[in-house]
Amino acid sequence: MPEIVVESHPIDTVFRTDRLPHIFCPGCGIGPATHAYAQAILESGIPKDQHACVSGIGCTARVPGYMDVDSYHTTHGRSIPFALAIALVKPEMEVTVFSGDGDLFGIGGNHFIHAARRNVDINIICINNFNYGMTGGQAGPTLPLGARATTAPYGNTEPPFNLPYLAAATGAVFVARWTALHVRQLKEAMLRAMQKKGFTFIEVLSPCPVGFGSPNDIGDAIEEVWLYRERCVVNHDAYLPDLEIDLRRKDVPFVMGNFLDIEKEPFDPLAMMKNKGE
Amino acid sequence: MSAEERVLTGSHFLLGDHACAEGGMAAGCDFFAGYPITPSTETAERLALRMPPVGAIFVQMEDELASMSALVGASLSGARAMSATSGPGFSLMMENIGMAAMMEAPCVIVNIQRGAPSTGLPTLVGQSDMMQAKWGSHGDYEIVAYAPSSPQECFDYVIKAFNTADRWRIPVFVMADELIGHMTERVVIPPADQIPRVERKRPRHKPGDESFLHCLAEDEDLVPPIVHAGEGYRVNFDSLTHDEKGYPATFAEPHDRLVRRLVDKIRLHVDQIIEYEEIFLDDAEIAIIAYGSTARSARRAVNDARKEGIRVGLLRLITVWPFPENKVRELSKQVKAFVVPELNLGQISREVERFTSLPVVGVNHAGGVMMAPDPILDTIKEVVKNA
Ligand SMILES: Cc1ncc(C[n+]2csc(CCOP(=O)(O)OP(=O)(O)O)c2C)c(N)n1
Ligand code: SF4
Ligand SMILES: [Mg+2]
Repeated sequence: MPEIVVESHPIDTVFRTDRLPHIFCPGCGIGPATHAYAQAILESGIPKDQHACVSGIGCTARVPGYMDVDSYHTTHGRSIPFALAIALVKPEMEVTVFSGDGDLFGIGGNHFIHAARRNVDINIICINNFNYGMTGGQAGPTLPLGARATTAPYGNTEPPFNLPYLAAATGAVFVARWTALHVRQLKEAMLRAMQKKGFTFIEVLSPCPVGFGSPNDIGDAIEEVWLYRERCVVNHDAYLPDLEIDLRRKDVPFVMGNFLDIEKEPFDPLAMMKNKGE
Repeated sequence: MSAEERVLTGSHFLLGDHACAEGGMAAGCDFFAGYPITPSTETAERLALRMPPVGAIFVQMEDELASMSALVGASLSGARAMSATSGPGFSLMMENIGMAAMMEAPCVIVNIQRGAPSTGLPTLVGQSDMMQAKWGSHGDYEIVAYAPSSPQECFDYVIKAFNTADRWRIPVFVMADELIGHMTERVVIPPADQIPRVERKRPRHKPGDESFLHCLAEDEDLVPPIVHAGEGYRVNFDSLTHDEKGYPATFAEPHDRLVRRLVDKIRLHVDQIIEYEEIFLDDAEIAIIAYGSTARSARRAVNDARKEGIRVGLLRLITVWPFPENKVRELSKQVKAFVVPELNLGQISREVERFTSLPVVGVNHAGGVMMAPDPILDTIKEVVKNA
């Protein structure tokens, strides 16, 4: 029998270990991204009691339920207004929305753009697996043009969102994109997001061998992971309109980076009351 | 009006919509999220003016889906949260009214009803969201709905709605209608220390106590204590079926247990919740059942009928949900028929029919104009003739 070297890892303290095993498939990118989030919570210096994690519905949306923080698994698409309310009522809390591409940009897209416009002091971590994973691989607002999904069996006829561009255009103060393989860069981006006041957005390109890989002739999880490894380039100064991605096109690189980091007053509905005397 | 005061103690001449807003202020509402919609907008506008000076949060959201989600988030962060809307917005709220029921997040929604369905009659009266208030979101759950008949009751029952919501951890509706919302009448606001306040049940366990199950109802009332964000309990709230720990438990057995409790915590305690007014019912042979603006016309019709020697009385519903079924059963032993006037094509009349075998005669109009006393009086006379 192999010898047990350590009984526990510091990161265990950020998880609800009594909820394991988790529901995610082998090869899913949600796991490493969750690990990065957990590590960021640990390193943030913000006590666990002051973190809140909110999600809508989907595979990704199950993440808050595994975190040992105040967690809220809300309805499909509605996590952002829920998080807004927590952030306004409890401004001392570090509120993070951890949810999927379909949840945040399909059914919930309107809430995203308005929260970004208001510069609500919340962090959005979006697992973009290019499909609706939970319901079995349907097309979503990030599915690349031509890619297949169960509801796009002949190939997708709709152009996808370019999420970093959308987030920057609508008002986010911090915008980053990494893949689920870039666990260190991802954790650093999450830490930065937690330090910042205002609306931050991190897109995590994430393998979903079941929902996206298999219908798109990507052999298995390992092959999908290799696609990320081979084609990623880091360019923090990338021109955001150029950030479109298509996993299947070998000639197009996936551009990663921390693209935007600016300062703006976060949303405060009472701001006009406070500035009165000045 | 002194903007810095939460409770505007005194006697006022107030619009019903404004009285709803002042009820929220007096009840200590800390958070309003809403989206403008006629004929409820004046409630939001009044609160936009009134809340910031006392440090309370007013947010105009992007839609009513967001408003309702925000209400649940604010409520579970410890705020007394409310919104105001009308039919089209009420429809959008239904999704997260279900979430409020499932997460047991107390909150208050004022619905100033207008003519419906769809966009219907934006500026004109209706009472056609009454069944939606009970059954609008998918699944079995219980809510409480009050139907105020005057601006004074708008004020009083918004306060009561907050207390009922906090007491039972449910969404509570104030189902006014356009006539009441846009009616200006005397509203007496008592001194701040006389505003009734029911506090939420809080956990006896300290944060970190492993034995604490935050969705376990240990008391007879079936209401678990509520924990708020940031208190150190670090618990999970879920829109999925969950177990006593708050963890997802998507199986038949925990599902039946949870849904049954959500329903039973109200159904077993209706006697503590139901309110109505009885007018001339003692010797009545005909009982009118009415609510909201229609109850005012019904009262007039009763008075006119009494002058003609007709023994008719009025059961004015204040809580429409839960419905006072025992009262209807009791009246069934005394009266010969029920008359149910409403500004819809027969919603609460169907509820009355469930609890009596006597004739239930509706007086109906789809909305757009007030229910006048005359058609009610005519119906009473007809019922007398046929009885
Ligand atoms: C109102 C509503 N519509 C549809 C659904 C079904 N549904 C559940 S999850 C989901 C898609 C989730 O996709 P995404 O947000 O990308 O998450 P993933 O599973 O890919 O992580 C859908 C459509 C639902 N739960 N609620
Ligand atoms: S379906 Fe896709 S996103 Fe969902 S757990 Fe499996 S691999 Fe992950
Ligand atoms: Mg997805």
